[in-house]
Amino acid sequence: MSQGTLSAPVGAEATGRPMLRRLARRNSTVAFLLTLPLILLVLGLVVYPFFYAVYLSMLNRRMTRFIGWDNFTFLLSRETFWNVVFQSVLFAVSAVLLKAFIGFVLAHVLHALPSKGQRKWRGMLLVPWVIPPAISTLAWWWLFDPSYSAFNWALLGIGVDPVPWLGATGWARFSVILVNVWYGSPFFMIMYLAALKSVPDQLYEAAAIDGATGWQKLRHVTFPMMRNVISITVLFSLIVTFANFDIVRILTNGGPQDTTHVFATYAFQVGIQSGDIPLGASVSLFMFPLLAIFAIFTLRGVNKRSKEMA
Amino acid sequence: MEGKGIPGGIPRRTLLRASAIGAAASALPLVNVHGQTSGGRLALGLWDHWVPAGNDAMRKIVTEWGQKNRVEIQLDFITSVGNKNLLTIAAESQARQGHDMLSFPTWEVHAQAEKLEPLDDIMGRLSQKYGALNPIVEYLGKVQGKWRAVPAISGSQNKPALGRIDLLKQHAGIDIQEMFPANANPGSKAADWNWDTFLRAAEACQKAGVPFGLPAGQFTDATDWIGSLFRSFGAELVNAKGDITAKSDGVRRVLEYSQKLFAFLPADVFSWDDASNNRALISGKSALIFNPPSAWAVAKRDAPQVSEHCWTFPAPAGAQGRFTPYLPYFWGVWSFSRNKGAAKALVEFLSEREQAAAMVAASNGYDIPPFTSMTDFDTWEKEGPPTGVVYNYPVKPHHKAEQFIACYPAPPEIAVQMYNQGIQAKMIARVVQNKEPIDRTIAWAERELEGFKRG
Repeated sequence: MSQGTLSAPVGAEATGRPMLRRLARRNSTVAFLLTLPLILLVLGLVVYPFFYAVYLSMLNRRMTRFIGWDNFTFLLSRETFWNVVFQSVLFAVSAVLLKAFIGFVLAHVLHALPSKGQRKWRGMLLVPWVIPPAISTLAWWWLFDPSYSAFNWALLGIGVDPVPWLGATGWARFSVILVNVWYGSPFFMIMYLAALKSVPDQLYEAAAIDGATGWQKLRHVTFPMMRNVISITVLFSLIVTFANFDIVRILTNGGPQDTTHVFATYAFQVGIQSGDIPLGASVSLFMFPLLAIFAIFTLRGVNKRSKEMA
Repeated sequence: MEGKGIPGGIPRRTLLRASAIGAAASALPLVNVHGQTSGGRLALGLWDHWVPAGNDAMRKIVTEWGQKNRVEIQLDFITSVGNKNLLTIAAESQARQGHDMLSFPTWEVHAQAEKLEPLDDIMGRLSQKYGALNPIVEYLGKVQGKWRAVPAISGSQNKPALGRIDLLKQHAGIDIQEMFPANANPGSKAADWNWDTFLRAAEACQKAGVPFGLPAGQFTDATDWIGSLFRSFGAELVNAKGDITAKSDGVRRVLEYSQKLFAFLPADVFSWDDASNNRALISGKSALIFNPPSAWAVAKRDAPQVSEHCWTFPAPAGAQGRFTPYLPYFWGVWSFSRNKGAAKALVEFLSEREQAAAMVAASNGYDIPPFTSMTDFDTWEKEGPPTGVVYNYPVKPHHKAEQFIACYPAPPEIAVQMYNQGIQAKMIARVVQNKEPIDRTIAWAERELEGFKRG
């Protein structure tokens, strides 16, 4: 390229157009423009509702007066709210751990299958995840139905007493967690499968030459290579599971005796059904600090490992 | 030269002429502004009726009114399934725009009172025409002395006992048709229809394998019948002043009674929803439920061998009286409506006897008008089989009963929380399922109620 060609745009910098052209040529500008629709969506559907919820949570019941943190301090003094906190943590943590375990096992089983049959099994195992949860939960509700439970019908057939799937605290908690695990495990499975496929075969070959057993390969090769995917998947799933609404709402409506309520269903009951929108907003905002702390630690770990690997 | 007028356009004389016409038009009554062909546009959000014919009848009535009054109608039926009507109300209230007139469920009038147009003028004229209203609609629809909504016909429902004539006669020895026939002459045993008789019948039917289907979860069917049970035992948790009165003999007695009654009910009633009791009756597994005639109507379609043995009759009486569970809807006009005049006119029109009769007929007797004078429609006499199955569905003077909403007379802002969080059902669940001592359950309820009192 000649000097003359180079000097031409420099000379034209003072006029605005080439500057715009140069701006448009920058990767960061193009990236910004491409992500702008998403940024606008996030601003409109996440950031704005979040700050609006914060504003609502500081109003009195009639939404006529600013009351600061009163809604939060009130909730912290309520026995029922602490039960909701306990249940939300129990529901989210146990469901995510089970999903992670089942997903991990399924991913390994699928990975070990010959590639010919793998696609068929992968498709079938993804079915629970692609059915809208409101619909699949209705089917589960039919299986658990208090009077006409298909499970109980089967149990009676083999001489076992019917189980109050949704009517007793322990069974009701088990049922909502079970449905969530059934729905969410395929997501873990597909993420872990993708991670497994990206582990270089040479690492396993090297481990085999060193005489590593199957367990040692899993522990010292597979697991470290998958840690980032595991962390991000668990974080993502924890956020979604904590905020779950439809499964509890359809199966138990928070009962019996409020023992299956999670933040979202309790917020709905208090905010919309009982006409206290500010208190409902406060309940839903309690999820934020819990998840934020967890997200910070998880993402920090991911960053650290990424830097180490780089 | 015509003069300057607006630069680059209309001459001054034309402008003056147009202004004069505009001023004259604005001084004329509304009807002339819009001419003879338009009373404006009216957006309605009415309750999506359980009975499909209910929507058709409502659409017909509203369309005819719109055509007659030159009002362009936009009619949406909003379902209460999944609380979609509550979500619509909350959204429109926040946005201050949406429909002009909405159907408001039981507690929503108080919650939205400040954004609802006062309708005292309509209620004044309707009361003058049709006489007394039941006190529950006044409790729910009148806020600080002003009617903020008009009690609706469509959607308002009673939940009396709906029992099997054959099973109750065979297993409990109770002839419900003789006790409460399809006329104004109750049988000799009607006075004995109380919670003690009910308990004996529940035991007999449970032993016969057709237990009473009484839900005790956190859905309205459970809250409603349990509310009436509490009231008839004089078990008031919060009084009209807002004082907590849960520590009382009435509350202890009703919880003791519940321990006995629930021993004869299916063990899973604590997880029943509003459809579970209907299914129990329709499938022939239950001898009695508390419900509007919708369960009978579905049985008539799906299980005629069951429906022809069904009969509606009042709830049992307790020491404090007989209380029929009642769940009214209201028609309200938003204060930000752009066509309040037309909306109010339509509300008044819908509340008139002719329209009430048409809606009751279309809904197979499901809808309950708020005026006592409107409980004599022949629909309730003629529906069947068996003929007269819903004669006793509206509360009649000879029932010696009152319509009742659970948690009344607590101030509505407290009662709505008690109602929606099913505090009475939870108290029963604690003593029955958890086997908690009654005093500990009452102490728990007091703590909960203290929280509901927060302003």
